[in-house]
Amino acid sequence: MAYETGTHAAAVAHGHATSLGLDSRKMAFWAFIGSECLLFGSLISTYLVYKGRSLTGPFPHEVLNIPFTSFSTFDLLMSSLAMVLALSAVQRGDMKQGKIWLFVTALLGMVFLGGQFWEFSHFVREGLGLTTNLFGSTFYVLTGTHGAHVTVGVIWLLTLWIQALRGKLGPANAMTVEITGLYWHFVDVVWIVIFTVVYLIQ
Amino acid sequence: MTEQSHATTGTYLRVAAALVIITILEVGVFYVPTFQAALVPVLLFLSAIKFTLVVMFYMHLKFDNRFFTFLFGGPLLLAMAVIVSLLFIFYGALRLRTGV
Amino acid sequence: MKSWLTTTDHKRIGLLYFWTAFGFFLIGGLEAMIIRAQLIKPDGGLGVSAETFNQLFTMHGTTMVFLALMPLSAAFFNFIIPLQIGARDVAFPRLNAFSYWVFLLGGLFINVSFIAGPLFGADRLSVAPDAGWFGYANLTSRQFSPGPNVDFWLLGLQILGIASLAAGFNFIVTILNMRAPGMRMLRLPPFTWMALVTQFLIITAFPVITVALVLLMFDRFFGTHFFVPQGGGDPILWQHLFWMFGHPEVYILILPAMGIISEVLPTFAKKPLFGYTVVVYSGVVIAFLGWSVWSHHMFSTGLGPIADSVFAGTTMLIAIPTGVKIFNWIGTLWGGQIRFTTAMLFALGFIAMFVIGGLSGVSHASAPSDLQQTDTYYVVAHIHYVLFGGTILGLFAGMYYWWPKMTGRLLSESLGKVHFWLTIIGMNLAFFPMHFSGLLGMPRRIYTYSSGLGVTTFNQVSTIGAFLVGLATLVFFWNLLRTRWQPVTAPSNPWGGSTLEWAIPSPPPVYNFTVIPTVASRMPLWKTERHAPMAALPERPPAPIHVPGGSWWPMITAFGLPILAIGAISRTLPIVFVGVAVVLVGIYRWAFEPFEM
Repeated sequence: MAYETGTHAAAVAHGHATSLGLDSRKMAFWAFIGSECLLFGSLISTYLVYKGRSLTGPFPHEVLNIPFTSFSTFDLLMSSLAMVLALSAVQRGDMKQGKIWLFVTALLGMVFLGGQFWEFSHFVREGLGLTTNLFGSTFYVLTGTHGAHVTVGVIWLLTLWIQALRGKLGPANAMTVEITGLYWHFVDVVWIVIFTVVYLIQ
Repeated sequence: MTEQSHATTGTYLRVAAALVIITILEVGVFYVPTFQAALVPVLLFLSAIKFTLVVMFYMHLKFDNRFFTFLFGGPLLLAMAVIVSLLFIFYGALRLRTGV
Repeated sequence: MKSWLTTTDHKRIGLLYFWTAFGFFLIGGLEAMIIRAQLIKPDGGLGVSAETFNQLFTMHGTTMVFLALMPLSAAFFNFIIPLQIGARDVAFPRLNAFSYWVFLLGGLFINVSFIAGPLFGADRLSVAPDAGWFGYANLTSRQFSPGPNVDFWLLGLQILGIASLAAGFNFIVTILNMRAPGMRMLRLPPFTWMALVTQFLIITAFPVITVALVLLMFDRFFGTHFFVPQGGGDPILWQHLFWMFGHPEVYILILPAMGIISEVLPTFAKKPLFGYTVVVYSGVVIAFLGWSVWSHHMFSTGLGPIADSVFAGTTMLIAIPTGVKIFNWIGTLWGGQIRFTTAMLFALGFIAMFVIGGLSGVSHASAPSDLQQTDTYYVVAHIHYVLFGGTILGLFAGMYYWWPKMTGRLLSESLGKVHFWLTIIGMNLAFFPMHFSGLLGMPRRIYTYSSGLGVTTFNQVSTIGAFLVGLATLVFFWNLLRTRWQPVTAPSNPWGGSTLEWAIPSPPPVYNFTVIPTVASRMPLWKTERHAPMAALPERPPAPIHVPGGSWWPMITAFGLPILAIGAISRTLPIVFVGVAVVLVGIYRWAFEPFEM
């Protein structure tokens, strides 16, 4: 089977030594995740600073639906499990399992996004728009940015899944799947923070 | 792949179970009136555990080179400091000035 | 020509950065000349309108910070770092190219505003950004800045931010992961160390301004009220977010130049850098502390006594590691065999000018004294002593130092001396009087001043100084240009430097090193107490060295960003989608392109 060597993967696999003995792409990606902490940290700060300062309603307790959002949270947590099972499978060379779990991860991501769409349209019907008040603005920008990240993740996962279907994914480029996983888990972890800070601590 | 040890599928499933249980606890704390007073610290603590579990096990940080922990941990601490300092500046100072 | 468009070679990318940044530097300088010309006399000056003046100082600041100083540093990051660490290229060559193209396109996007007025139905040709390089809310709100000016600014900066972030990740991995054998972290040249610290500042600070700009964009495009008081928003939040970026940004601007000084001084004093470890750690400490001082830009906003005191304290603290570096530089010179080459003159000038700028900075650190200084020309004096007297003099030192390595030609030392003396005299004439006009009450960013204010003479002297600097820069530009007609005859090590870039030909072959050296000391090319100089590298590589080819995808992907911005600024959704599509297609083709390092 010929694996797409597209990037650094082949080079590292063929023994380009690195000073720290670590994969360069993985290192770059962790640095990227570090910078994303500052991105989401600033958005969360904005949300928190403007909490309770809306001049008009609707207010959080009037619209936030905890049971529904808990379901979204479970969904995303399970998608992280699926992701890690996918990586495990690819590393082992079990591409049958790999394909299944990659798809399940993407599917659970799409379920999450569907839930977000439903939630947002529900809020809008309840009178909470982007410009209605500070709660609306900060809420939609924060969760919208997160949702945009999930969307990118879903596209990324589906791309990988299609590569796997074409026989172009395997243990030799498991690093690609690992990095996808890092992205996906980070997006999940940001949601963990948002769920607590926005939904549970009102 | 060069790692000291590797989590097994069993570990992943156990972590998933823990994540689910903790989420249930969080929602429980939210709904049960008795816990309202301690809501914020308890929720922050519980979500921190979830955060740590995902990062350590699913993102493999526990088993990987410590340098990655530094690469992520530094900016993470910075982000938390940003949140705390802005909160203090916008709310703490206000309380101090108004005596509320 | 095509090879320049598809290049992924760090050396070529470095040259592209250099010429593009230098071009923007000249534009920013022209803006400064017009500003100073206008201020040569009071009560209306030469007739430049207030609106034009607002555009001039906004674009001068924005251009100098984002399109000149940062990319000039990037030129050296690109060309020099792989050479100093003994690598053949950076970790991600295509990402490197992408950063350059995004920078160029972002810079063009912002500057196109000068002639885009008619496209927006404006009554003037120029709709350049006009709300200051720091874009304070709520002047930047749609209510008070209804035109496209601020939109150009915020969209342009978003584009540029992407370039910086990408480069940040690239250089962090490069410096940490691609060093030659034996090149331990504490053997890294100080320039590379400072560059590494700078990249960490970039990847942590730029996301914050990204959020601030996004919030402003939402206010202006979609009607939110993040910074609009009528909707509950707080303009002060903008200041916090901006300066949380903005203060690390000034360290991003100065640390690379400090790194250059730490290279130039030892070479021309024929002495190792005094206290290398301390200098490196001071740089790291400056970066850390740089995150803790941001509200010293906000002492007049009513933060309250506790916040004022905390930020005053942290700001004073940061003077310590800075001072440590100065002393170490003096220690390097002490007892050395000084050669007064142009590079050395600029390095010495840096020390003197930066000390002056640092002193006014320390006076800003005290909140009470800052209350008189803030928003006056005293601050303009400070920032120009540290950014011109500091960063720019440092960058000039780097240019004279590394030009032979980059082009294989030496810059004229006689023209260089003219450049130096005109610059030093000019900048002091330009900026020193500003301490006085500021304390006498001349505010910043005013298009004219009353003759009754008593600052007329100071302004006249400043304007003369500024024109001297302009003249000096033209002398330098001529110096650069004439080297193009010289033969490529510079030796590998014209200055007798100690670091790896001097071990290879000038300019280096495409693969940099015939053989990757093994490094045994901090100064591989010098004989030290414990080490003989590194053996010369073979003239030819023992086996053919594979060098990756170029790629179209970084440039093509980069084009998606200004297309997106144009779609946004013209409120044309289809164009936005085209921009997104270009980015997506570019990324896909990039990801699946066979590209072997």
